[in-house]
Amino acid sequence: MLAHEFMRNALLAGIFVALACGVCGWFVVLRGQVFAGDALSHVAFPGALAAAAAGIDERVGLFIATVAVGAGIALLGRSAVAARGGTVAGQTPADDTAIGIVFTFVLGLGLFFLTLFGLSSAGGTGIQAAHTLFGSIFGLGGGEARLAAAIGLAIVALVLGIARPLLFATLVPDVAAARGVPTRLLGVGFLALLGLVAAEATQAVGALLLLGLLAAPAAAAHRLTASPFAGIALAGALAVLAMVAGLILAYEVPSLPPSTAVVGVALAIYAASAVRS
Amino acid sequence: MPPETANPSLGWNVARDVGELLEYHFMVNALLAGTIVAVMAGLVGWLMVLRHEAFAGHTLSTMAFPGASGASLAGIPAAWGYFLFCGAGALAIGRVTGGRRPALREQSAAIGAVQAGALALGFLFVSLYGGILGSLESLLFGDILAISDGQLLALGAIAVAVLAALGLIARPLLFASVDPEVARARGVPVRGLSAGFLVLLGVAVAATSQITGPLLVFALLVAPPATAQLLTARPALSLLLTVLIGEAIVWLGMGISYFSVYPAGFFIAAIAFAVYLLARALLGLRATASRLSSQSTPPALAEPLA
Repeated sequence: MLAHEFMRNALLAGIFVALACGVCGWFVVLRGQVFAGDALSHVAFPGALAAAAAGIDERVGLFIATVAVGAGIALLGRSAVAARGGTVAGQTPADDTAIGIVFTFVLGLGLFFLTLFGLSSAGGTGIQAAHTLFGSIFGLGGGEARLAAAIGLAIVALVLGIARPLLFATLVPDVAAARGVPTRLLGVGFLALLGLVAAEATQAVGALLLLGLLAAPAAAAHRLTASPFAGIALAGALAVLAMVAGLILAYEVPSLPPSTAVVGVALAIYAASAVRS
Repeated sequence: MPPETANPSLGWNVARDVGELLEYHFMVNALLAGTIVAVMAGLVGWLMVLRHEAFAGHTLSTMAFPGASGASLAGIPAAWGYFLFCGAGALAIGRVTGGRRPALREQSAAIGAVQAGALALGFLFVSLYGGILGSLESLLFGDILAISDGQLLALGAIAVAVLAALGLIARPLLFASVDPEVARARGVPVRGLSAGFLVLLGVAVAATSQITGPLLVFALLVAPPATAQLLTARPALSLLLTVLIGEAIVWLGMGISYFSVYPAGFFIAAIAFAVYLLARALLGLRATASRLSSQSTPPALAEPLA
């Protein structure tokens, strides 16, 4: 199996993307922000299309779009809570409305750009260019796989770097704010970071894998241990396990798409943790 | 698809332009369908926004993918597959979020897991089907101009059924949404109502997506109610405002798109976003103004007057 280059590339990129999703996902689940991660994965394609329309590199456009929308959702969501007279802290259920409105608008823009490219005499070159960014995990080249692995590692390092203050700000926001922790900045920064994860994962392994790996391994880790740092490590390990097992399964069963296999394993882990707890 | 003879151009005579727009049967059907959907989506969405279930709503809209691909595989109409998967998805979400009152954080993860599972099934169906599944873009963004008389009738029947069911459970559902603890103590079946509402939401989402496409249902499900709830706290007024805003978004979006090369979905999403931002800006201005005026008047003087 490892004799095939496509499989080596898929494993290399997959393991590090899964690690980033698992580690980031632990905080995403803790903060109840899976919807935000999902929405950001939808932003990637319109972002790439917009970049193609503006004549800049699609990959750069995709990262800029997801990070900017991540920060935008955080800002709009927080002020919506404040406008309703609620507390601006902790679990922010009012975010879901702002997320829904923002990402629907971004998808509408995506539809606009699709039509724009469909009409222009240049034909589908912009769409083509954007489509090539969203390949299958089994279609990665060596350079792309190494880049994806490096970005995955960088994301893990960033999350671990802000882990302590972020944990403090998430669990006891009032106390953290009183102690001088910049809770608002951390909230915006974390969603921007989530945008980075979404951009990285959607173009390397696809939006479906991002959602599955963000939610399921982390939710299982939350059920299995209450200790934060053990939980973060467990979430990362379970995500990597789901990725590797899924890729092997997809390799052995040709009619099974890799994304279905990986998500299937991740959901099985989550279901098993629910039975155990 | 619009007939070849349609050569729309916008002039200064609004009445003539509207008249031209209504000459085409496909356009009349589209406007009627949009009108029906705006009412249903607005009223169901109003409760969805109140209950903070936008993620559940979005997850139900993604059921279009496994629904349509599964229907192709089984050889049944795509709409049936969509409604089936929406119903199953609603029950699954109700099950994972309703049991033993899990924490809020667990809910978002559980809904995400349901969505990931459904999409994974969709990819599996596509892989097993092995053929070409129509145009993905028309599946994801809908095709409002291709609504037949039969589909229009079906849409109307669905809307009447959904709104009648919603009317039946409206009072206890509102009670359970605003104060679940007290409602449960008073013997209101909170869990059953939640599951029932999710099923209604699933049907409404599947019907709305025929107008806007599954990806843009929130332009009618979230934006009008969210705007109305920002502007007023009175339920009846808020519901009325929701329907009016929804209708304005649909008619404007469709009208503009008729005279433009861009699809209705884009205009509907853009107008919905603009309306919401406008309401937020108004609210911000009002808050600033009231803060300024309260600062300029000394509290001791202001109080006896008020």
